[in-house]
Amino acid sequence: MPNMSLKKNPMPSQEPDVRNKNFLEVALGYTEEMAVDEAQRCLNCKNMPCVAGCPVNIEIPKFIKEIADGKFEEAFQIISKSSSLPAVCGRVCPQENQCEGKCVRGIKGEPVGIGRLERFAADYHNANFKGEVVKPELNGKKVAVIGAGPSGLTCAGDLAKAGYKVTVFEALHLAGGVLVYGIPEFRLPKSIVQKEIDNLSALGVDIETNMVIGKTVTIDELFEQGYDAIFIGSGAGLPRFMNIPGENLKGVYSANEFLTRVNLMKAYREGSDTPIKQNKKVAVVGGGNVAMDAARCAKRLGAEEVYIVYRRGEEELPARKEEVEHAKEEGIIFKLLTNPVEILGGEDKFVNGIKCVEMELGEPDASGRRKPVVKPDSEFVLDVDCVVMSIGTSPNPLIKNTTKGLDVNSHGCIITKDETGLTSREGVYAGGDAVTGAATVISAMGAGKHAAKAIDEYLQNK
Amino acid sequence: MYKILRRKELNPTVTLLEIEAPAVAKKAEPGQFIILRTDEDGERIPLTVADFDREKGTVTIIFQIVGATTEKLNHIPEGGYIHDFVGPLGVATHTDGLKKVAVVGGGVGCAIAFPITKKLHNMGCDVTAIVGFRNKDLVILEDEFKANSTKCVMMTDDGSYGTKGLVTNALEDLIKSGETYDEVITIGPLIMMKFVCQVTKKYDIKTVVSMNPIMIDGTGMCGGCRLTVGGETKFACVDGPDFDGHLVDFDEAMERGAMYKPFERHKYEETCNLFKGVK
Repeated sequence: MPNMSLKKNPMPSQEPDVRNKNFLEVALGYTEEMAVDEAQRCLNCKNMPCVAGCPVNIEIPKFIKEIADGKFEEAFQIISKSSSLPAVCGRVCPQENQCEGKCVRGIKGEPVGIGRLERFAADYHNANFKGEVVKPELNGKKVAVIGAGPSGLTCAGDLAKAGYKVTVFEALHLAGGVLVYGIPEFRLPKSIVQKEIDNLSALGVDIETNMVIGKTVTIDELFEQGYDAIFIGSGAGLPRFMNIPGENLKGVYSANEFLTRVNLMKAYREGSDTPIKQNKKVAVVGGGNVAMDAARCAKRLGAEEVYIVYRRGEEELPARKEEVEHAKEEGIIFKLLTNPVEILGGEDKFVNGIKCVEMELGEPDASGRRKPVVKPDSEFVLDVDCVVMSIGTSPNPLIKNTTKGLDVNSHGCIITKDETGLTSREGVYAGGDAVTGAATVISAMGAGKHAAKAIDEYLQNK
Repeated sequence: MYKILRRKELNPTVTLLEIEAPAVAKKAEPGQFIILRTDEDGERIPLTVADFDREKGTVTIIFQIVGATTEKLNHIPEGGYIHDFVGPLGVATHTDGLKKVAVVGGGVGCAIAFPITKKLHNMGCDVTAIVGFRNKDLVILEDEFKANSTKCVMMTDDGSYGTKGLVTNALEDLIKSGETYDEVITIGPLIMMKFVCQVTKKYDIKTVVSMNPIMIDGTGMCGGCRLTVGGETKFACVDGPDFDGHLVDFDEAMERGAMYKPFERHKYEETCNLFKGVK
């Protein structure tokens, strides 16, 4: 008999007033009892709408059934058939728009906590699995993967499982991509990312750090070195700015820089070699997950007031609902329908304010969202000493500039033929933010997965 | 890990390291830079390539001890290792079609001015090297500049060596005496490059400057290295580090470069005390 409770088992979490002063993980994870109880809410429907909602099509009802039966390792094995990074996805996927958004239980009440159950199964496996990973037999073909972020790691994992010798080239000194430089420790502990990467190494994947493809080595040279196919998952690139006055004042960061300093370079730790400005009042411009991460980091670094400045309304916030809720609980102040027009600085050229205008929503624009329009005479100044610009990125130019015949669109995103990720160059596939522009971890993983399948088919027929 | 094959102190605060990094050596060109981390938890710092040997697979860097990381770097002995070393990054200095060039270097910037001087000289270009230092004790690479230029002018601020005065004086004197240049390439402290540009602007001589702003990843991700060039935002790591000097907003670059001064000072002193402790 299913558990007919209309509500999900709540996620045990650190108290807001405690966690906004530390970098430890916010959500603590279900206990075994909670997981079983939550799993029993699944109706095991025949048409499985949740699976269709998952970019990597995890067999969701099947793994949930195993959890309901107390077979946690089995649950993990089912997930890992489809996903290379379950402990990551259980934490950072926007489930409300994907699997959970399609869940039948969500029609009347809350959907099954699929993400929380995925995380539970992955954490259970990581804590309890003692067996050895079996290295697949090599088929003699080599694939180069560029970028050790979500798409690259997924693609590498799937190809390694299929018998390819895979080398992942990473520009930074650490593998993980956005999972290590972008998403903060309190949302995704780095030890979890490392564990997933170790799992890949155990499968025989080589990871070469400090290799900037397009600079240290080019795509054509990789082919000369004997790679049979290449996957480009080089991720998002240069941060966008608003082109308003004052953006180069001291104390204005891009979200990439702010988060990289805090996460990858560990500026949050006392005694770190990497400096970050100590701020009292911070404005984060933008409404996505990255903006929420930056705001919550700023709070944890000791800022007294942290604002999210976003030009549309609450409904339009692109961030995951859970992140918005967490941010609010932690005391982040939301200045919605507000748009910056100038960043103000003192004689010392440090930021001392941000001039904004109020907005109201007009007719829907090309994206289908209601277009924000400036309210007349609504200008005001927020008193801040730091501004973080979190309004997206443009693709990195290094690979396109050094690869002949690789077509990119007017934004600089690599053009792929279809969901296989095949580019205009034979044997070169691409996926993730390098193709789509800034998107989610799971959509990048989905792209890595599709490309791995296409690369396998291509090389089998070659 | 990247091995230090050769270490040489060029003056009390400037050190040369020749590092084994074959992949970087294979591609490096004058004007490009590398990013290194001394240790597991170290910060990433950019340093311009001072020389490279493709056959030996080595890259030479020359750095001045200015903060905690360069202090740490200076304590790694010959035969020791650097944790991370990545590159070559940035766009190489353009040299196509240049027939007569003045290269103006200042202080440790001369370390960066040298490889481009050598390249131009080797391609048969008429190179005037104007190099300036605060005093005699700080002079570096004198023989190298002399051997790789048509004319080499040595300047010191206090007159303790070469001619007393600034590199800008020497450059302007040469121009006034009738010398003409296709291009002036200048590398050194921001304030020096700013004044060199003011001189060349007056005589309408194209001038390329090498910018070295604060960076983190150096690969076109963080945007920390942005500067204003001709009213537009540019990123030194992927668009530069060379820019048209007459278009660069030097005052803004100087402000941005000084952002972490107090932190760096503190960190540097902390590091120095740390080394005092173990010595």
